[in-house]
Amino acid sequence: MRLKGLTLGLAAAVAATGIAAPAVQAADTQYFPLFTYRTGPYAPNGIPSANGIADYFNYVNLKHGGVGGVKLVWEECETGYNTKKGVECYERLKGKGTTVVFPYSTGITYKLIPNADKDKVSILTVGYGRTDASDGRVFPWTFTTPTTYWSQASAFIKYIGAQEGGMDKLKGKKIALIYHNSAYGKEPIRTLELLARKLGYKLTNLAVNHPGQEQKATWLQIRRERPDWILLWGWGVMNQVSIKEATNIGFKMDRMIGVWWSGAEQDVVPTGDAAKGYKAGTFHAAGSDFPLIKDIKKVVYDAGKGIPGGDKYVGQVLWNRGMVNAIFATEAMRAAQKKYGVKVVNGEQMRWGLENLNITAERWAELGLKGFMQPVKNTCADHEGNGPVLIQQWDGKKWNIVSDFITPMREVVRPLIEKSAAAYAKKNNITPRKC
Amino acid sequence: MFYREAGQFYTSYAKDQGIFQLRQDKYGLWGILFIAFIVVPVGLYLMVQGGLMAASTKDYLYNSIFLLLLVNSMAALGLNILTGYCGQISLGTAAFMGVGAFTAFKFSTGLNYRIQHEDDAGELVSQLVPLLPAIDNPILLVLIAGAVTAVVGVIFGLPSLRIKGFYLAVATLAAQFFLVWCFSRVEWLYDYVSSSTIQIPPLKLFGLVVTGSETVMRDGQQVTIYPAAETKYLICLSLVVFFAFVAKNLVRGRIGRAWMAIRDMDIAAQLIGIRPLATKLLAFAVSSFFCGMAGAMSLIFYLGALEGAEAFNINESFSVLFMVIIGGLGSITGSFLGAAFITLIPIFLVVVLPWLGGQFGIPVDAAMVEHIQFMVFGSLIIIFLIMEPLGLARLWQIGKERLRQWPFPY
Amino acid sequence: MGEFWEFVLAPVLIFESWQFGMEVVISGLLAGVMYSLVALGFVLIYKASGMFNFAQGVLVLFAALNLAGFIGLGIPIPLAILLTIGIMILFAVVVEYLILRHLVNQEQIILFMATIGLAFFLSAFGETIWGSDVKKLDIGIPQGRFEPFGIQIQYLELTAGAVAAALVTGLAIFFNKTKIGRALRAVADDHQAALSVGINLRTIWIIVWAVSGIVALVAGTMWGAKSGVQFSLSEIALKALPVLILGGFESIPGAIIGGLIIGLGEKLAEVGWGPYVGGAIEDWFAYILAMVFLVFRPQGLFGEKIIERV
Repeated sequence: MRLKGLTLGLAAAVAATGIAAPAVQAADTQYFPLFTYRTGPYAPNGIPSANGIADYFNYVNLKHGGVGGVKLVWEECETGYNTKKGVECYERLKGKGTTVVFPYSTGITYKLIPNADKDKVSILTVGYGRTDASDGRVFPWTFTTPTTYWSQASAFIKYIGAQEGGMDKLKGKKIALIYHNSAYGKEPIRTLELLARKLGYKLTNLAVNHPGQEQKATWLQIRRERPDWILLWGWGVMNQVSIKEATNIGFKMDRMIGVWWSGAEQDVVPTGDAAKGYKAGTFHAAGSDFPLIKDIKKVVYDAGKGIPGGDKYVGQVLWNRGMVNAIFATEAMRAAQKKYGVKVVNGEQMRWGLENLNITAERWAELGLKGFMQPVKNTCADHEGNGPVLIQQWDGKKWNIVSDFITPMREVVRPLIEKSAAAYAKKNNITPRKC
Repeated sequence: MFYREAGQFYTSYAKDQGIFQLRQDKYGLWGILFIAFIVVPVGLYLMVQGGLMAASTKDYLYNSIFLLLLVNSMAALGLNILTGYCGQISLGTAAFMGVGAFTAFKFSTGLNYRIQHEDDAGELVSQLVPLLPAIDNPILLVLIAGAVTAVVGVIFGLPSLRIKGFYLAVATLAAQFFLVWCFSRVEWLYDYVSSSTIQIPPLKLFGLVVTGSETVMRDGQQVTIYPAAETKYLICLSLVVFFAFVAKNLVRGRIGRAWMAIRDMDIAAQLIGIRPLATKLLAFAVSSFFCGMAGAMSLIFYLGALEGAEAFNINESFSVLFMVIIGGLGSITGSFLGAAFITLIPIFLVVVLPWLGGQFGIPVDAAMVEHIQFMVFGSLIIIFLIMEPLGLARLWQIGKERLRQWPFPY
Repeated sequence: MGEFWEFVLAPVLIFESWQFGMEVVISGLLAGVMYSLVALGFVLIYKASGMFNFAQGVLVLFAALNLAGFIGLGIPIPLAILLTIGIMILFAVVVEYLILRHLVNQEQIILFMATIGLAFFLSAFGETIWGSDVKKLDIGIPQGRFEPFGIQIQYLELTAGAVAAALVTGLAIFFNKTKIGRALRAVADDHQAALSVGINLRTIWIIVWAVSGIVALVAGTMWGAKSGVQFSLSEIALKALPVLILGGFESIPGAIIGGLIIGLGEKLAEVGWGPYVGGAIEDWFAYILAMVFLVFRPQGLFGEKIIERV
């Protein structure tokens, strides 16, 4: 009675095997799968992110002939920000020589973490993912470089404190958190609550359901609470609507701070000028005013070798962040090549490279990104690098950095991370590594 | 000539009532089970050993295709009982699957609850206290998940006595949205983790690792044992096959007939002495039992870790409804065919389209593939509905008729 | 007052500050109108063809995408609107030709599934043509707010309310005063009888789909002005469904009144009870509210009475 089902299944299986069979890896190419979401509700954010990675890889190939003489090859797999599709992509592509993945989705990250050590594939989550995975002793294969949501939340509080004229001034202040009702949106709550107990501000948490097209009730509550500051932890259309609603009710935009995923060009487009003054976190500079980015424009796009229609994204916030992903991967690869004396790097070597990632200020300058980011240095126990956060502000035309690098409250965040990671280790019978 | 009943006589009542009255059907089924249980695992194993296939391809087939197919089949079976046999359209399938997944998770960690108190320094100290010993048998977890979901299903089935047709369909969305909200809002459900994601702890069955990993000392060395994809596949397959038989026997018995009577005309059914409330609620209970098991299987075997609101969103509900309709309403076989169709076509297209584009020298990027895939998928559904509204099960029936006559004209 | 009563009465206690209470009421009603705009399209098609058109949400997206796309190409706004209307009419013809006429007399659930198939196709088709970027849609709807008696009201929402009122009046005139409208009502009442008096069912379907395409364009413009035009726009269909069952599938006034009740109910619930239970309850609250209504009136507030016979 299930004949047809199975025949169909087998037919598809055979077809899949024929095509998904391991491409025998050419001796001098390094393979990267890219999980993209160029379609679906989060596509406006997904496109520049994916382009950033692909454009940098492309640039490295065109300009330097790859990393250490090894050409980079990459393959996109569309997930539509859907975990199941992401899993399918991962399983299909992992056998092709994958050493590191950029899941670009919290859901997919959570799903992949338990498999990482079995598959010998590192998970590089730049500014998202599972925060407690920064503890390299419990999560040797997961990297949250260069900073995490918890660090960011604490940095925001520090920034607000500074703006109010001292941390002691926070007492009695009202801060509202408007967040995407998902694993991603909930990440900062614990940290913010803990800090509220310590510093005495009043925290109001307001959840917004996916997709966040309709937020009237949320903003009515803002009208009632009249918070001094708003933190926005949104994604996709939710950001645009939140920013618009904030301007509609006449909230002072420079007292509204978005997470780094709520602070891209796309998020302020429908509001345009009215969003002037809106702030957002980030961990790298904005804009294309860096030698490397200009060179990418020249080498990739001016030569007509870029992604069709992709040049308008170059230098955008999310594009820059995609490029940071790619730089971390290639720098780790370079380090691994040097350490192991190989050309094509395998999974374990890539992991070593990421764990010993050390991009100094000089190295950033060498890459053509002087002042773009703070130095990043991972260690065996700490996969977060060092994690300073910047605040950028929208001036109606472009994003500008308006703060110095803010060091997160590591003394608060790190114990939280370690505690959470230890609980995870206990639940899953993992013996933490000695570092 | 391949499918003839000539010479097959029913000489006893038992034979006359058999599920598979024809020898061909019976052998066919045994053949399929033989392939599914033995040929596939052994064959794939040998292919990997013989170097014909990469180990990762084998993992891919199991982890991304076979397991998903089995989970979906189970869910489709469940919904088909409710929609196909009892005529109650439900758009809350995914939420019921979610109830199953969260039940499995809670029982696998011992139904933890949290005690919080302030210590001397004024810091909040919280502690998780288990209520029951944790269960580490995956099959038991799946069954418990089914049972709990059945109860939840009955509660949300109550309005079905008053509300009918599409009004009921939309009303079941209340269950969908409410339960999904619970998955992200009731902290107890996800053991109070900050991100509301759940992850199944290490489980074992007959000493075999099913989820998580185990580190053992072997010859003085630490060896980490990971779950074999085959283990998961065989457990899921056994569950699905067993419950498919249960479903088949339910629907051809008294209960099934009562369901169908309600489906075809509930007032008439009432007149012949079928109690609509009990019958409908039983359908909700059985259907939810299956869906709950599917959800638990999805968490334990397929995903491992998930976020309730994302994994069981409304689109999942629609896709299960698709399976049931494309496969054939009121057909157990159809549930499997529909699940296969809806699960495999998109994957098939994703794999084939770039290759096809390559053949004609047209570069097809990932986004384009996704767009074309949606368009082809949407069109296929419409074409199917126009060509054969009764679903794949009906096509299969027609195919059998043809086989019976072929090559003779009649 | 005990904590329990404070919780139970939370949506009423909002009115302790009457300005804030009024603000919640007005926002709720206006949000409801926005839902009604989407629900109207559903009702039109259901009335004329018994088809529960799940693609309505995607239709809203598709219409808005076309409009924003044309404007983005530099076409003047009035022309862009005309072009979009043309596309919606063309779309109706194609749908009738390729889908509807082949599905005559099928069961409702089959029709429903076909519209989901259509939704898949159309959303991907729209994105293929116009791309997945956020598009700004600005056709001169006034932005900003005014504050009589300290109650804040957004111009955009007020405009939406006015547009909805105009739309419903227009539809009412169309249905009651024109020949086509009478034919439409005849079809809605009884397909067979309508056929027998010489009404061309196919033409009627095309007209109905075209009209609901235009209604979708209006809804898409209003929503698009709020959040920009992007894929998520198609998901507002889910916000329109409770409106639909509350008002009844066949009733145009039902869609409006249902929208007002749902909008008001969910805002009061979210603002009142939300803070106690962690918030984000409005999605399911709308459905539960509609379901409670249904238990008492299984055909919706204004739906046609279901008469059951053996």
